[in-house]
Amino acid sequence: MTSPLDQKKIKIAGPVVVTANRVGDGAVVYRSPDGGWTTELGGAAIVIDADSARVLAEAAAGDDLHAIGPYIAPVKLLPGGNVRPGNLRELIRRGGPTIELPAPLES
Amino acid sequence: MPLVENGQIVQDRYTYVGDEEPIPERVPVIVPAQRFLAEADALIRRDGSLGVGWPNDRRIGELAPWLGHLALVALKFPKFRDGRAYSQARLLRETYRFRGTLRATGDVLRDQFHFLIRAGFDSFEVKKPADAHAFAEAANRYSVVYQPSADGRTPALRRRVTATATESADAIDTAKR
Amino acid sequence: MYIYDAFDRRLLAERVVDFRDQVSRRLSGELSEEEFKPLRLMNGVYLQLHAYMLRIAIPYGTLSTLQLRKLAEIARKYDRGYGHFTTRQNIQFHWIKLAELPDAMAELAAVGMHGMQTSGNNVRNITTDQWAGVAPDEIEDPRIWAELIRQHVTLHPEFSFMPRKFKIAVGASHHDRAALRIHDMALRLHRNAAGEAGFEVMVGGGLGRTPYLAQTIKPLLPKRDVLSYVEAVLRTYNQFGRRDNIWKARIKILVHDLGAEAFAKEVEAEWQSIRDGALALEPAMVADIAGRFRYPNYATLDDGPPELAAARRGDRAFDVWLSNCVTNHKMLGYAIATLSLKPEGGTPGDCTAAQMDKLADLADRYSFGEVRVGHEQNLALPHVAQRDLPVLWRELGAIGLARTNVNLVSDIISCPGLDYCSLANARSIPIAQEITRRFHDLDRQRNLGRLHINISGCINACGHHHVGHIGILGVEKNGEEFYQITLGGKADENATLGTLIGPAVPYAQVADVVEDIAAAYLDLRDKPNELFIDTVKRVGIEPFRERVYAAR
Repeated sequence: MTSPLDQKKIKIAGPVVVTANRVGDGAVVYRSPDGGWTTELGGAAIVIDADSARVLAEAAAGDDLHAIGPYIAPVKLLPGGNVRPGNLRELIRRGGPTIELPAPLES
Repeated sequence: MPLVENGQIVQDRYTYVGDEEPIPERVPVIVPAQRFLAEADALIRRDGSLGVGWPNDRRIGELAPWLGHLALVALKFPKFRDGRAYSQARLLRETYRFRGTLRATGDVLRDQFHFLIRAGFDSFEVKKPADAHAFAEAANRYSVVYQPSADGRTPALRRRVTATATESADAIDTAKR
Repeated sequence: MYIYDAFDRRLLAERVVDFRDQVSRRLSGELSEEEFKPLRLMNGVYLQLHAYMLRIAIPYGTLSTLQLRKLAEIARKYDRGYGHFTTRQNIQFHWIKLAELPDAMAELAAVGMHGMQTSGNNVRNITTDQWAGVAPDEIEDPRIWAELIRQHVTLHPEFSFMPRKFKIAVGASHHDRAALRIHDMALRLHRNAAGEAGFEVMVGGGLGRTPYLAQTIKPLLPKRDVLSYVEAVLRTYNQFGRRDNIWKARIKILVHDLGAEAFAKEVEAEWQSIRDGALALEPAMVADIAGRFRYPNYATLDDGPPELAAARRGDRAFDVWLSNCVTNHKMLGYAIATLSLKPEGGTPGDCTAAQMDKLADLADRYSFGEVRVGHEQNLALPHVAQRDLPVLWRELGAIGLARTNVNLVSDIISCPGLDYCSLANARSIPIAQEITRRFHDLDRQRNLGRLHINISGCINACGHHHVGHIGILGVEKNGEEFYQITLGGKADENATLGTLIGPAVPYAQVADVVEDIAAAYLDLRDKPNELFIDTVKRVGIEPFRERVYAAR
């Protein structure tokens, strides 16, 4: 899939975060409200309109010392304040592959 | 942006001339391709070194008939990832035997110096000053090359078969390049 | 296998130094990601969903046990204890950290391995079939030519920034086990009617959004001219390939747009001007490279030793393995053993570090220290004495590499898909796993016979779904995973692109669909040994389409 940042016009249909991959190890990170990056989705800055999303994404894009390939990703807000990834791709990015990784062979 | 030639940052002797403006007398100039072709007869009679800036999406063979009159050809890298000028450079050097200055312009970065030199460029409008200062080091990264190119370096394939008894492949580790 | 000389080692070492510097400049911020990305791609470093991925080249699928053990070490030290063998005879590690990569690359370089040009807009790993050098039907070992070309295109100053990637395959037999015609360029060594050996050169193959099969532009290229001709093709592509649209940038589009004849003319004109220059191959150069290919010191053995016959009679399971996994060797008394990396419920092509180490031990004992990697994502031991097959079989079974599903329905070729890959639209591995579970019964698989399933998680087609007997392509519809099904593809010398049978089906139904297709085949075949692919060719896809979509 192409990065949503390639879109000229940002349209969002609900709450979103900006997510990317950390430079050093490629780990999934989310843009936090203080302008840094966090591996915890719960600590991510959440915005709900296209303009705020654009501002957040552009700030993130300028920070490629720390994270690469930022884009806008949907989230679901649950009652009680929990945040969950908003689609399968984001679920997989946060939770890892949906399959069991190969187990080491028992000698 | 700094100009690097012979491993050093140098002053550019050449002046770029646009499509319409008058061409200054007796100074080295670089003329855009379209204009050159339109005014070639007059330009080659002009007193002063003549250079042409050639686009990367036009066959370099079109310039071939004029090469004997040119002191410089400037080729373009609109983005460093667009590598068409490497082919143009090698054709100029190896097929058309151009012996003048071959200049790389545009998005010219440190990590392409090795390839640019091998392709036959000897003049570099380097995008970043830091890269210009690191030119000598970056240009000498590889002591082994696998293929013949415009720089005339002997490729490994040939070095292997011409190695004498005193210079076996295994001795290369300690031998000078 | 090819033994690196000091030149090869020196180049690798310098490449590592170069990359170490590039990583350091990236981490310090001196290089932006935009500047760094093509540089890391040139070293096989991708960014995937969860981490960086390192793709290591295994030229023409040939590995020494020293190298295999090093891969196991890399898996343990820098990754999560396993590696993934790909459809281009490479290996991938999915959990690499950028900062550790220069060290990992230095370790790989010490055993002659690297990730150079396994990514990026350059010439990629040169593949052959995994039986190169030992198959009885080759006219000579294609790997020597693959190595000559590999060196020629490595860090090539002119062809490191092409419009797009460029994949080359080399073959030397009539029967095509290397999927030549889906490559940007393929070279097939053969003899003409007069007995002269040379290369048939094909260009313009490629799968993805617009799949094409390669077309022959030169029926018999003399061996002496192979490097200059490759140069002429690449130069033509580099200059005239499209750069405005990533989906139209491969050479297949250029060949299609110009027409094969016009393209061939363009190449010919360039080639004529360079063919007698520095790229003309002298016999001494070829002999030098060939001389560093070490071949085993084969013993003089008879075919069909008594140990083999006795084992076949004594153990049906061994006999089944022999029939399914073992093929003829060009040397009397020897055999090629294929090792399935397709366990029930497993990920196609994955191999643990422990398996690699144990396999290396077996290869040292039974295969002259050599292992092969196939584009079908299985491994092979290429030099096994027939008399050693019974004891080898037992040892392979102990490490889970003796499954007798080679070329059968559960021998699935699959890309990593959305579980790993940032390009994917849908998952592929769980689809493969479910299919292997449904068809776990080996008798049932044998009854179905040779049946190649290929799965891709997106249109980039890294699973080669277009040329699967059954092709499965993951797509996204309204946030859900759906799969298009094609039938009738082939990857061999009669290469064919598969035909879509109907609308995409949801994730949960794919295994059912495959069962329906298998059931339809059993009903439709005109005799028990008519292959699935031949039944499809004979009856067309309509009966299969009806069966699949009757209840959907």
